[in-house]
Amino acid sequence: MATSKEPRPYANPYLAGTLLGVVLFLSFYTTGGGLGASAALSHIQTGVLDWFAPAHVDRTAYFAEMAGGSRNPWDYTGIYMLVGALVGGLVSGLINRRVKLELRKGPNISTPMRVVFALLGGAIMGYGARLARGCTSGQALSGGAVLSVGSWAFALSIFAAGYAMAWFVRRLWN
Amino acid sequence: MAPYDLSSLAGTIANALVFGAIGFGFGFALELGGFGDTRKLAAQFYLKDMTVLKVMFTAIVVAAVLVAGATGFGWLDMSRVWVNPTYLWPGIVGGLIMGVGFVLGGFCPGTTLVATATLKIDGMVFLLGALIGVWLFGETVGSYEAFFISSNMGRFTLPEWLGLPVGVTVLLVVVMALLLFWGGELAEQVFGRGRAWAEVSLRPSRPLMLVGSGLLLASVVVMARGQPTPAQKFDLLGPEARRPLEERGAFVHPAEVVALKNDINVQVNILDLRDEHDFNLFHLGGARRVDPAALLQAGQLKDLLALPGSAVTFLVGTGEAQAVATWKELKAQGVGNLYVIEGGIDNWLELYPAPSCVAERVASNDGGPAGWRFAYATGDNLPSAWPELQSSRSFRSPCQVAVSTAEGHEGGHGGVAWPTYQYTRKVKLKSKAAVKGGCG
Repeated sequence: MATSKEPRPYANPYLAGTLLGVVLFLSFYTTGGGLGASAALSHIQTGVLDWFAPAHVDRTAYFAEMAGGSRNPWDYTGIYMLVGALVGGLVSGLINRRVKLELRKGPNISTPMRVVFALLGGAIMGYGARLARGCTSGQALSGGAVLSVGSWAFALSIFAAGYAMAWFVRRLWN
Repeated sequence: MAPYDLSSLAGTIANALVFGAIGFGFGFALELGGFGDTRKLAAQFYLKDMTVLKVMFTAIVVAAVLVAGATGFGWLDMSRVWVNPTYLWPGIVGGLIMGVGFVLGGFCPGTTLVATATLKIDGMVFLLGALIGVWLFGETVGSYEAFFISSNMGRFTLPEWLGLPVGVTVLLVVVMALLLFWGGELAEQVFGRGRAWAEVSLRPSRPLMLVGSGLLLASVVVMARGQPTPAQKFDLLGPEARRPLEERGAFVHPAEVVALKNDINVQVNILDLRDEHDFNLFHLGGARRVDPAALLQAGQLKDLLALPGSAVTFLVGTGEAQAVATWKELKAQGVGNLYVIEGGIDNWLELYPAPSCVAERVASNDGGPAGWRFAYATGDNLPSAWPELQSSRSFRSPCQVAVSTAEGHEGGHGGVAWPTYQYTRKVKLKSKAAVKGGCG
C-alpha cells in the first residue's frame, strides 16, 4: 500500500474542523444522535467476550446489558459507524498518500517503549471513556455541540489532565 | 421534522448504510485534519501544534450553530435529539483519566480508528489497549456502581445552567472558541516555531479570520431568529402531529380514564389545569393541579419526560380548550402517552354527577355549554371523583332526599350508581423510541 510519493500535507485544521462539524450536524439531523467510537468498542469487546465466556457475560451486569441472554451485542448502529470511520480514514489516507505501515513515536523513545505506552494509554483511555459514558467523540464532540453541561465539564477535564501530565512524560514525545 | 426514526422508516440495511456513511464522513474528516498522526495529537499538550484544539472546537461550534439554527427555523425537533445526560462527577473523573491516557498513548478512541485505517502500528496497539480498557471497566464497575450512577443531572444544557437563551449561549461559545483558537495560534508561534514572545504576531491567521467571521455571522443570525415557543413548534410539526386532535384520537372518554385507574399495570397521572378555586370545588381523585405555564418549565417538564412507558398522563380543564392548548405544547416538547379527558370536568360531572344539592347545572354566561355551580368546596370527597371505587357506590348522599340516578342501582342508604358507559379505547401506551448517541 505504501507509495513512493511523498504524503500530502494535512488540511487546514479549521477546514477539517468545519467538515467534521457538518458531519456531526448531519448525524444529529438524520439519526438524532451524535458521533462516537467507544461504545462501539465496548460492544465489540463484549461480543468477543460473549463467544468465549457467555456465562460470565450474563453474570456481569455491565456486559449483560449488551449481550446478556439472547441480546446481540453486534446489533448496534455504532458498529456501522465504526466501520464507516475506518473506511473513511482509509480513503482520506489513500487520497493523500498517507497509508503506510509504520510506527509513529517521539524522537527519544524506543519502539518497544512506544508500543507499551500505546497499549497502556489505550487501556487507560478505554477505561476512562466508559466511566465518562463516552469518549472524546461521543461526549466532548457530540455532547458539546448540543451544549450538554456534563460534556463540557468532561472536555475540560481531558485537557486539564493532559496538560497537567504532559510535563512528567515529556520524554515520550520530545 | 427531523431527526428520523431510521430503523422503522428505512429498514435495517438502509439504517446501517446511513450510520456507515456518517462514520465515513467522521473518519474522513479526522484523517484529513491529521488525527491519524500521534505526534500531531501529542504536540497539542506541549503547545507546539494546536491542531486537536482547533479541529475539535471548530467542529463543536460549527455543529452547535447548525443544530441551534435548525431548531430555530423548525427543521429539527430538539426534543428527539440525544443530549448526553450529565453525570457530573463520573464524567469529570473519566475525563481526567482519559487526559492521562491521551498523553501517554497519544490517541483517543476515535482517532485510533483512522490511525489503524492508515496502518499506523501504534494506532493498532492503542486500539487493542482501548478494547482491554473497556473490558476492564465492565469487570470492575460493579464494585463502585454507586459512584458510576451518582450526580445524575439528566438532560442538562448550558442554556439551562446559565439561564440564557440558546442563541445567546451559542454566540458565547463561539466567541470563547475563537479566543481559544487565537491563543492557540500565538502559542504555536512561541512553542512550535521558537519565536520570542516579543516577536509574536498578534494577527490571527487568514483561515481563522474566515471561519471566525462566518461563525460569528451565523450565530448572530441564530440568536436573532431565536427558538420557537412550544406552541409555535407544534405548528411546525406538521399534519401528522395534529391528526390526534382532528380525528379525536387524543381525547379519552371519562369511562376509559376510570377503567385505567383500576388497571394495576398502568400508572395514571391526571393534571388539572384549572385555577385553584375550581380545583378546590371539585377535582378528580388523584389529580394534581398544575399551572399550564409552569408545566413547560424545566423542572416539571423533566418529570413528565421521565415517566415510564407504562404511565399515561391526562390533561383536564373545565372544557377542552385549555387542555388542548397544553396538549399541543407538551407534545411539541416530546411528552409521550399524553391525552385530554373528553369534555373536561363539565362533561365528567354529566356522566358521574354530584348529588344535586351539592352541585347544580348552570348555563354559562356566554350561552356556551353548561357548567356546574357547587354549594361548597368538595375537593375529591365526592364519589364523582372516584367512580372506580366500590365505596363510591355506597356513598351516602349528603342531600336530604336521596337521589338514585340510574339503572344498575345497588341500593342502600341513598347510594349512587352510574351506568356502564360504552367507549372506544383511545389510550395506546408507547414506550419512547430510545434516541441514543454513538457513545451512549
